[in-house]
Amino acid sequence: MSPVTRGFHGRRRTPAGEEGRVPPGQYVTSDFPVLSAGPTQHTPTEKWTFSITQGGGALKSWTWDEIQALPEENVTTDIHCVTRWSKLDTHWQAVSIDTLLAQVEHQAAYVLAFSDGGYTTNLPLQDVTGGQAWLAYGYEGGPLPPEHGGPARLLVPHLYFWKSAKWVRGLQLLEHDEPGFWETYGYNMYGDPWKEQRYAGD
Amino acid sequence: MNPLDGNAIGGLLHEVFGAEMTDATGTCANCDFTGPVAQTVVYMDAPGTVVRCRNCSSLLMVFAKLHERYCVDLRGLAALEAR
Amino acid sequence: MEGTAVRGRLTWQTATVTKIIPETPRTSTIVFEVPDWPGHRAGQHLDVRLTAEDGYRAERSYSIASAPGEPVAITVERLEDGEVSPYLTEELQPGDAIELRGPIGGYFVWDPVTDHEPLLLAAGGSGVVPLRAILRNRERTGSTASARLLYSSRSLADVIYREEFERPDPGLDVVYTLTRSQPPGWRGRAGRVDDALLAEVAWPAGQNPLAFVCGPTSFVEAVAEGLVGLGYPQARVKTERFGATGGRQ
Repeated sequence: MSPVTRGFHGRRRTPAGEEGRVPPGQYVTSDFPVLSAGPTQHTPTEKWTFSITQGGGALKSWTWDEIQALPEENVTTDIHCVTRWSKLDTHWQAVSIDTLLAQVEHQAAYVLAFSDGGYTTNLPLQDVTGGQAWLAYGYEGGPLPPEHGGPARLLVPHLYFWKSAKWVRGLQLLEHDEPGFWETYGYNMYGDPWKEQRYAGD
Repeated sequence: MNPLDGNAIGGLLHEVFGAEMTDATGTCANCDFTGPVAQTVVYMDAPGTVVRCRNCSSLLMVFAKLHERYCVDLRGLAALEAR
Repeated sequence: MEGTAVRGRLTWQTATVTKIIPETPRTSTIVFEVPDWPGHRAGQHLDVRLTAEDGYRAERSYSIASAPGEPVAITVERLEDGEVSPYLTEELQPGDAIELRGPIGGYFVWDPVTDHEPLLLAAGGSGVVPLRAILRNRERTGSTASARLLYSSRSLADVIYREEFERPDPGLDVVYTLTRSQPPGWRGRAGRVDDALLAEVAWPAGQNPLAFVCGPTSFVEAVAEGLVGLGYPQARVKTERFGATGGRQ
């Protein structure tokens, strides 16, 4: 164990009164850190599509306009990054993943979200349904900026935010759970911040 | 957020490889671009550290620190020559 | 001795702060006594690790500001929303113990024994720190390599080590460019480094100069590209990018 550095406290922990909202090991930030495993993607909406795929092919695809025509939800939620910052009361404009999955017939148990730039992350199907997940294209009243995953990202706030894939282009339906990018490198397959499931075996 | 370069992970590389590696020469398995590790494009702050080719952006190395152990993926490097 | 600085084991050790020297409103130099310091090369950096009472740890990298042979020192710029830099520049006191490891780096280093060609040093903000170590090393070893420092800074008040750079030295030219504000009567350069300024200040490529460029990523890439455009081979333009958050600060 390292010697304690006199007078060092790290970032402010949870503001008074907010303790119940912040998972263990997290601190609250008022900014919105940009974390990335690669260069910011810039896909123009005219070229953008979102697909639900299975095996080799797409079961259904939507263009940007088709997504915009679907019922929009305003989502207010807290988000928790595995690198220990949490941001409270973030506001998103989004389409529910339930709305998209309802248009497809399937029996999958898992999904692998895939993004421009090659990023992937895996989730159980039941964690992207039941009003727990969205395709988010608006943030704080404006279009989602590219550095935060625009034109659209996955939003699954009940899990660590690496599961909310930036620059998302679709969900691949799977029968068995398969590790995505960070999961392959030892991050937890599920990622429940309330159980501090950061790494495999946690 | 602008990425850094391989100089920023000198300590990490020394920890993993047991030697100074920033002036080692790496060759990208995707495009064959060859250059000093110090000149690679490094994304830190993510759940792990991602090192990409300056020429084609493909993954060269990924380091994830899980509790006290490192998970290291070097598949993106065709070659790595230390001095 | 210099060889071992690169090949030795890199382990965390506890250093003692001996002096803290305010340099500019935003920066301070911290001098350490490091019991098992193997020596270092000009341009290298070290990692600092802070541990809070609950075990929370933060690590940052800082370029070594002192020349080989001088006590180990770093110069830290306090970032507004920083986690570590406010602690190092406002809380830390002489006598405090800090964990550090180093020296680190074998690429962004200048060695007066092997490098005699004209030196071009380009600094963006706190990127001047490792370049200052290079210049101090140049002076201490009596190197005859000519040197030019192109130093881009927000304002004159933010220029670090100004007194030192202004000491007369026929082999050293220092050119400042102030990007955000200039003092009244300022007759020096203003605005960001551009290709025109580079063309004026950089040694001609034909002299086989060695360039070291250090600072924020956008500064480094603009300058490095500019130098390559002036005919500098890529291998003669050494770069070190600093980040605003995490990584190095």
